[in-house]
Amino acid sequence: MSITRIYGLFLRHFYLITRSFPRILDLVYWPSIQITLWGFISNFFATHTTYYNNAVGVILTCAILYDFLFRTSIGFNMLFLEEIWSRNFTNLFIAPMRIGEILTSLVITALIRSLIGLVPAILLTSPLFGISILDLGIFLFFLFLSLYIFGITLGILVSSGLLRFGPSFENIAWSTMFLLAPFGCIYYPIETLPEIFQKIAFILPLVYIFEEARNILINQTVNIQNVYYAFMWNAFYLSLSIVLFYYSFNAAKNKGTLINMGE
Amino acid sequence: MKNLIEVQNIKKNYGNKEAVKGISFNVEEDEILGLLGPNGSGKTTTIGMLLGLLKPTSGQIFINNLKLEENRIQILEMINFISPYIELPKKLTVKQNLYVYSKLYKVKNIKERIEYLSEKLRIGELLNSITGELSSGQKNRVSLAKALVNEPKVLLLDEPTASLDPEVGDFVRTFLEDYKKEKKISILLASHNMNEVTRLCKSVLMMKNGEIIDQGNPKDLITKHGRTNLEEVFLKLSRSKSEYN
Repeated sequence: MSITRIYGLFLRHFYLITRSFPRILDLVYWPSIQITLWGFISNFFATHTTYYNNAVGVILTCAILYDFLFRTSIGFNMLFLEEIWSRNFTNLFIAPMRIGEILTSLVITALIRSLIGLVPAILLTSPLFGISILDLGIFLFFLFLSLYIFGITLGILVSSGLLRFGPSFENIAWSTMFLLAPFGCIYYPIETLPEIFQKIAFILPLVYIFEEARNILINQTVNIQNVYYAFMWNAFYLSLSIVLFYYSFNAAKNKGTLINMGE
Repeated sequence: MKNLIEVQNIKKNYGNKEAVKGISFNVEEDEILGLLGPNGSGKTTTIGMLLGLLKPTSGQIFINNLKLEENRIQILEMINFISPYIELPKKLTVKQNLYVYSKLYKVKNIKERIEYLSEKLRIGELLNSITGELSSGQKNRVSLAKALVNEPKVLLLDEPTASLDPEVGDFVRTFLEDYKKEKKISILLASHNMNEVTRLCKSVLMMKNGEIIDQGNPKDLITKHGRTNLEEVFLKLSRSKSEYN
């Protein structure tokens, strides 16, 4: 692994962000709008339901966490799509970069992109709604880390599809998060789901992350098992996604997708 | 002379379709080899295999005596490519693009390298311009600078002067001739510009339907086929179904 090459690819995307004010605005705009919207909704629920009665901000906290996941995953996909749209894909793959270096660079860049959007959104919640996501304490770090890993995993899976099937896979890139959202139990407990859906939800790390966030905020206790299961499933899916990415890269070399990408 | 590119009986099949049917050729140090053929003859597939973007169905490729299959990264460090069909990130400035690619190729003395290429390719005044806002001729010279940023031993060029006006086209050809002479690099040139090929190439390969149907020095081929220029030879070979199919 070469730090120089990883830094080089990071710079390519960093320059792109810093050169364009609308791009920075776009990164900040949607998380802030989403948080503001969910803030008002959660305020409403807090005064009209017994479940949330003593835990104002549960929905808002979950919205912030979900947005972080969404931004990380979409951010990773965007970095890959950016190369296709700019017809720079071939240049990148004929540069002496190892797959591990490409993935590492994109993972770091995706994190920075997500944080650019997330930090202003978190800062907004306190003055607007009197709520701080920091109430989750030290476990907030583990929850964010778990979400970040899963967001990256989804990004790698979609990028594998782009490598294997070409730009026609782009639509899938935008829809993955929406497909998984119902099973993630982001805004409601897992018991809300029909039994068959619960079985699917239990093999996703998301359900453990959001269950734990609610548990900390509502019950003021920590169930370390949820954190453990989230990391266990994350390790499984991340490994799977990396294997799939390597497989797709080799398949693309057989099929010729790398040459025609962007045309 | 040492062979910097050695291609041994490479084939590429896409399902049942044979895109390249077992071709072999070498390119020596300080040589420009022309790769000619009509659309769909297998030129791009051949270049794709040399760049490691495509895996040959069978056969072997050696670059500077290293087997491509086993030394992909090491080989990519000493090779580069330009084509009008690929571009540099449009929103970045020329300098940023060259800096990024210098990092990807782990170039030492980046500043000096960019200055050297800027002077040689007359892009000094463009360094702070947005790449996407350049004219075709300017973009071409910037792409060439990117392709030379790592001081490649092997340069693969796919129609490097397509869509350029005669003046810029001539500048690029003269530059390539001088650069090859100075650095003793090997160049594989795929082009439809027969005058360019006649001027630059010591020898050419004529491809059709995934096969090499003729090869040799451009002047010898013209004599051999009883034509007055390489374009006529190209047309004769491209159209002569019975003889070569």
